[in-house]
Amino acid sequence: MEAILNISNLSKTYQSAGRTLTVLDNINFSVAAGSTNAIVGPSGSGKTTLLGLCAGLDSSTTGIVELNNINLGKLSEDQRAQVRNQYIGFIFQNFQLLPTLTALENVMVPLELRGEKNIKARSLELLDKVGLSDRGHHYPAQLSGGEQQRVSLARAFSNSPRILFADEPTGNLDAETSEKVVKLIFDLNKEAGTTLVLVTHDLELAAKTQRILRIKGGKLIADDKTDNG
Amino acid sequence: MTKRTMDNGAMDTKRKINIPWLFEMAWRDSRRNRSRLFLFISAIVFGIAALVAIYSFRYNLENDINAQAATLIGADLAVSGNQQPGPAIKPLLDSLGDKRSEERTFVSMIYFPKSNGTRLVQVKALQGGFPYYGSLETTPVEAGQSFRTGRNALVDKTLMLQFNAHVNDSIKVGNVTFLIAGILNKAPGQTGVSSGIAPVVYIPLQYLEQTGLSKKGSRIGYSFYYKYDKQVNIDKLVKNIDPRLDKADMNYETIETRKENTGRSFADLTRFLSLVGFIALLLGCVGVASAIHIYIREKIASIAIMRCLGVKASEAFLIYLIQIVGIGLVGSVAGALLGSFVQHLLPLVFKDFLPLTISTDTSWIAIGQGVILGVIISILFALLPLISIRNISPLNTLRISYEEINLVRDPFRWLVYALILLFIITFTFFQLGNWLASIFFTIAILIAFLILAFTAWLLMKVMRVIIQSSWSYLLRQGFANLYRPNNQTIILITSIGLSTAFICTLFFIQGILINQLNLSSSSSQSNMILFDIQTSQEKAVAALTRQYKLPVLQQVPIVTLRLEKINGKTAADFKKDTTLKFSRHVFSNEYRVTYRDTLSATEKVINGEWVGKAEPGKEIPVSIEDGFSKRNHINIGDHLVFNVQGLSMPAIVSSVRQVNWNKIQTNFQVVFPKGVLEDAPQFHVLLTHVPSAKASSGYQQAVVRQFPNISIIDLGQVLNVIDDLLDKISYIIRFMSAFSIITGVVVLIASVRISKYQRIQESVLLRTLGASRKQIFAITALEYLFLGALSALTGIVIAVSGTWLLTKFSFEIPFAINLLPAIALFFIIALLTVIIGLLNSRGVLNKPPLEILRTNAV
Ligand SMILES: Nc1ncnc2c1ncn2[C@@H]1O[C@H](COP(=O)(O)OP(=O)(O)OP(=O)(O)O)[C@@H](O)[C@H]1O
Ligand SMILES: [Mg+2]
Repeated sequence: MEAILNISNLSKTYQSAGRTLTVLDNINFSVAAGSTNAIVGPSGSGKTTLLGLCAGLDSSTTGIVELNNINLGKLSEDQRAQVRNQYIGFIFQNFQLLPTLTALENVMVPLELRGEKNIKARSLELLDKVGLSDRGHHYPAQLSGGEQQRVSLARAFSNSPRILFADEPTGNLDAETSEKVVKLIFDLNKEAGTTLVLVTHDLELAAKTQRILRIKGGKLIADDKTDNG
Repeated sequence: MTKRTMDNGAMDTKRKINIPWLFEMAWRDSRRNRSRLFLFISAIVFGIAALVAIYSFRYNLENDINAQAATLIGADLAVSGNQQPGPAIKPLLDSLGDKRSEERTFVSMIYFPKSNGTRLVQVKALQGGFPYYGSLETTPVEAGQSFRTGRNALVDKTLMLQFNAHVNDSIKVGNVTFLIAGILNKAPGQTGVSSGIAPVVYIPLQYLEQTGLSKKGSRIGYSFYYKYDKQVNIDKLVKNIDPRLDKADMNYETIETRKENTGRSFADLTRFLSLVGFIALLLGCVGVASAIHIYIREKIASIAIMRCLGVKASEAFLIYLIQIVGIGLVGSVAGALLGSFVQHLLPLVFKDFLPLTISTDTSWIAIGQGVILGVIISILFALLPLISIRNISPLNTLRISYEEINLVRDPFRWLVYALILLFIITFTFFQLGNWLASIFFTIAILIAFLILAFTAWLLMKVMRVIIQSSWSYLLRQGFANLYRPNNQTIILITSIGLSTAFICTLFFIQGILINQLNLSSSSSQSNMILFDIQTSQEKAVAALTRQYKLPVLQQVPIVTLRLEKINGKTAADFKKDTTLKFSRHVFSNEYRVTYRDTLSATEKVINGEWVGKAEPGKEIPVSIEDGFSKRNHINIGDHLVFNVQGLSMPAIVSSVRQVNWNKIQTNFQVVFPKGVLEDAPQFHVLLTHVPSAKASSGYQQAVVRQFPNISIIDLGQVLNVIDDLLDKISYIIRFMSAFSIITGVVVLIASVRISKYQRIQESVLLRTLGASRKQIFAITALEYLFLGALSALTGIVIAVSGTWLLTKFSFEIPFAINLLPAIALFFIIALLTVIIGLLNSRGVLNKPPLEILRTNAV
């Protein structure tokens, strides 16, 4: 199958207090379009950093990130913003909804940015899919954590992304709500044929994907296919 | 699955900016912040209000001057001079106009027989129908016309009050007793202030001769007023007669020239006032800048999310720019409305200074200017934090970085700084009309700002070092708040400090000016000056003075003369050769000089040698005053030719004297030695000291009765008048500085209030960790007390140095400040900061932590 994400020789270092801190050390892998992948590893191992680089939120020290055959390193920040808007969806551990926008407006933003039509109807449809069609006019502060995460799911899928990045999407949720959200992620994913890359501590959740990438101390130490693969 | 691969080149990277969507986002994003945004921007409301009020006042004034100029001068043409018009010019004066009036003006003592009062006044002896435009406003109304027919006088209303006189009482002017036909309320061109300084008494011209006061020679002013019944091109007319008037040493005034002159002097006044308003506005801008800075810092998370979803840096910038423009517009409109309202108060504030009635029409131009200025200035000062939006990385969604958004590396920052400086300089230039002064003004503000920022920076460094673990928890926590992340030390210290400095400087300068006046009234021994004493009366007046047990402190002769040549060059030579430097009036001025053989106690020779006696046949060795020497570039050894009543007197500058003008003394620009001027036409001045008002009035009456030609200046009375005048001026200054003070308070409230949102999480956390409300209160109080006290102190120090500089270089008066208002200001500001700080945190403390966590959750 064709690769949608290609990572080669990726390294990230930080300079702090005169010392060089290597957070990611020569990472190589690629992700097939439509596949589901989990990145796991101990705290501080560099998972979030890696996800940020893959999604074009940050630039690498060395190495290449190719998303949809576009070399992100060659783009300006504004061009990367456009790539994100066109091809990428995000889900965050702390939801990251815009606090001054209603749930519905939050879902609408990516579509509005693309200048599409029937935005409201499509967003309502998405909210309906995550079971929140009656909460569209509520602000994030008026929603529970699980509801907020479902809104952010609806938003992530609203621009029909080719790839969805999720950083510990269930990290702030209780077991029951987590399960609901996870089911939604995988359902929507299957329905839209989106590629999924998720970072998690939760091995049970990781096991639901087709492939598990393990990192430790900034190095990729294992790359296993699961039973789903 | 469909294949949707794309390569780099094919990607559509030139998405157009969707303006309506940006507006919508700006609107949505501002939702929960609108009242806060308005609080931020309210800092500029009062500055804008002050400017709009002044501008409206100015425009109305311009219109009113245009409409009322004719009543200011009272005729189509006025010609005036200081000498009786000679045969060369008389035929011309008699040929002008269709209606003519003549007026002689001089100062003289008048006597109120009923109350036994005397006072120096300005006597105007009038003949003809003047004024032709407007009227002599009198009570009763008809007196303004009817007094001319008999032995009647019109007496200024302040005089009437002072001497408790009534219509039909009598007054004595010289040798003639007049009936008071009416109270003079207002004459053309007169203001409340001018009539207070020199109250006017009108008498008919035909009685002037009989008063015996018309023989005083050059001290009488001659005016001729003309009215044309038909349309006449006055401009052309005056151009024609100007050379002849010039030759006769006469000046002319037309409605047009009066319009220009009045307009010009009021333009100066309104410019100065709008500068005071601008200071209030600048103060507000510091508040706006700091508030927006914190606002944007709170928005980092939202901006990062938007960036994550694909919003471009420029779009994020625009979303917030739109908010600022919107709120700036609201603030400016509010300010402009307030200003239009305040404008109605200005004619009341200025009433004693205005020669005309001022309308208070709403000036749309002024409102427009105010609104545009407000929007520009809110953008300009918000720009600094706004450009940092462009640098907010979407990475902040994954990991909020608490380090400040780094502005330092953004080259645009320098552009914004430059724009702000340029704007301040340009705007100031429009108020001052002088680039150098504008640059100095801007630099002064910049330096004050830098000093405050440096103080804040130093404070943070010092606090970090000196906080000891042995201190109590509250003390440590309170002081640590000054330098911990998200602190407001720099912002609060600069904004509170700048407000304090501005307000304190105003107080200081005002105090010094008033002090200066009291100084000269109390420290001098002489408080009464008699002048116009004829040589024949000299001894008798001195004897009379001693008879009243008053000291003759000084008695000096005064000779009036003109300067004819400087180093052989006449006025005409100077006019031709522009490389020669001289003050414009050096030849046209009349000089009142004295002659004596010794220096007086208030002067000292700083250059050359004092010569007390002239040697016959040689150039006369004269002494000139330092300032006169500098103004006219005349120095030791220069040859001067003076003209005394047609007689040329060659002189040489033998010494330059420094004169202490602060003492009430007769001081002279030029002093002659003995042996030259003894026989020239002259009059004498006598200085004495009267111990009380009662002694003063008895003595004055005696002098006036025996010597009606002698004028008396009662310095006590003059100082009262000046005191009164300064009171009125300081009232205006206080009125204008009130805008700065209110702005200062608003900035304080806004700056402290923003901290509420900053400190919420922290206080809640502390509470969750078990801190009592009292403890949090104490920590907050400590922090704000320290901030308030330090910024007030720094502001006062800046004000002291600023005042020192101003007194030394701008006003050139001795520096002496009254620290009392400064100390009061210090405590008020420190206290105000604490109170506002505590009031804010109270809101946080009284709510359950959960609610706060929820509403502030990102
Ligand atoms: N801006 C930075 N400067 C210096 N070091 C950084 C910076 N950002 C991240 N790091 C370091 O990089 C390492 C990897 O961080 P990262 O957030 O990627 O770990 P993680 O695997 O996501 O951990 P967790 O599971 O706890 O979320 C950490 O040690 C962190 O301290
Ligand atoms: Mg992480």
